[in-house]
Amino acid sequence: MFCEKAMELVRELHRAPEGQLPAFNEDGLRQVLEEMKALYEQNQSDVNEAKSGGRGDLIPTIKFRHCSLLRNRRCTVAYLYDRLLRIRALRWEYGSVLPNALRFHMSAEEMEWFNHYKKSLATYMRSLGGDEGLDITQDMKPPKSLYIEVRCLKDYGEFEVDDGTSVLLKKNSQVFLVLRYLKSCKSLA
Amino acid sequence: MSEAYFRVESGALGPEENFLSLDDILMSHEKLPVHTETPIPRLGTFFLDRSGGAESDNAIPEGSKLELPLWLAKGLFDNKRRILSVELPKIYQEGWRTVFSADANVVDLHKMGPHFYGFGSQLLHFDSPENADISQSLLQTFIGRFRRIMDSSQNAYNEDTSALVARLDEMERGLFQTGQKGLNDFQGWEKGQASQITASSLVQNYKKRKFTDMED
Repeated sequence: MFCEKAMELVRELHRAPEGQLPAFNEDGLRQVLEEMKALYEQNQSDVNEAKSGGRGDLIPTIKFRHCSLLRNRRCTVAYLYDRLLRIRALRWEYGSVLPNALRFHMSAEEMEWFNHYKKSLATYMRSLGGDEGLDITQDMKPPKSLYIEVRCLKDYGEFEVDDGTSVLLKKNSQVFLVLRYLKSCKSLA
Repeated sequence: MSEAYFRVESGALGPEENFLSLDDILMSHEKLPVHTETPIPRLGTFFLDRSGGAESDNAIPEGSKLELPLWLAKGLFDNKRRILSVELPKIYQEGWRTVFSADANVVDLHKMGPHFYGFGSQLLHFDSPENADISQSLLQTFIGRFRRIMDSSQNAYNEDTSALVARLDEMERGLFQTGQKGLNDFQGWEKGQASQITASSLVQNYKKRKFTDMED
C-alpha cells in the first residue's frame, strides 16, 4: 500500500512526548517525495492512455493513485506544521538561544523560521510598554513577592545579574534573588 | 505536556477531519472492509492473492473483498458506488450496538480499534441506511461511559492509572488526561505549590542531554 513512509513520519512525531522535537527526518521526507513523484508519473502516463487509447477503465486506478498523492501531501504538511508548532513553543519555554542538542534536530529551513519568529516577537515586544518595551515571555504567572529564595542544586560558580553584581552559586547554598533575574537562572536549569 | 505547544486538535467527531491534525491522520489510517464494484487495473500487486494476473492488466478484480484504510475508502467512494461499496465494520453493526446498549462500560474500546468514536463518526460519510442507528449508538455509548471516566479521572491522584485507561478509546483517554491535569493543578494549588517557580518541563527534559554536550 502507498503512503507507509508518510505514516511513519506522522507516528514518529505523535510518539514524541510532551511536545518534544525529534530530529528532522530528512531521509524519510525524501522517500515520501520520491513516492509522490513515481505516483504522479504513473498517473500522467495512464491519463494519456485513457484519453488517447480509449482506456476508460484506468480511471479507478488513476483515482487510487491520486488519493495516495493527496494523502502523502497531507502527512508531510502536517508533519512539517506540527514541528513548527513545537519549535515555536521552544521560543516561549526555552528562550531565544537554543542549546546545540536542539539545533541539530532542526533543518536549516526550520532554523530560519525560528529566527524570523524570534525577530517578529522581539519587534512586537519592543513596541509595548513605552520606551523600554516589555518582555512578555517572562513572568507568565503573577509573582507573590519581590524576592525569591533559590536553592542551588549544583555548583555553578559566579552568576552575574543585569546590574553588574555577581552572585556565587554553590551547591546547596540558598540565595535571595530579585524576581526579575530568576528567569535567566531558570534557563540554566 | 509542554505548556506552549498547542497541537492541532482532532475534528473527527464533527463533520470533517482536521487536515493538519496528527490524531485524525492516525485515525483515518484504520481499515474497513470494502467491495470493489469495478476492476482496478495495474494495482493487483498490492493484493497478490486476489490479483487477476497479467491477462487482466494485473487488475484487482471486480467483486473483491478488501480491507482499505479509511482515507482511501473515502477518496474512492461516491454515492453511485462506481468504484467501491463499503461494509460496516462489526462493532458498528446491529449485534455490537445491542451489546453497547445493554452495558456500555464493559467493552474494551481500545481493542475495538482505538478510535471508536472518531472513526464511527467519519463512517457516516458512506451513507449507510443504518446511519441514524450508528450515530445514536455512538452517542449513547459515550453517555453510558462518561460518568465512570469523569469519576476515575477526578479521584485517581498520584497513582498508577493504567488499569483505568486500558479499555478507553483515544478520545476518552484524552478526556481522562484533561481530568487528571485539572486534578493535579488543583491539588498543587491547595498545597500552595502554585506560587512556586519550577523550570519548565521542556527545559528539564533537555537538561539530560545538556550534560553530554558539556562533556564534549
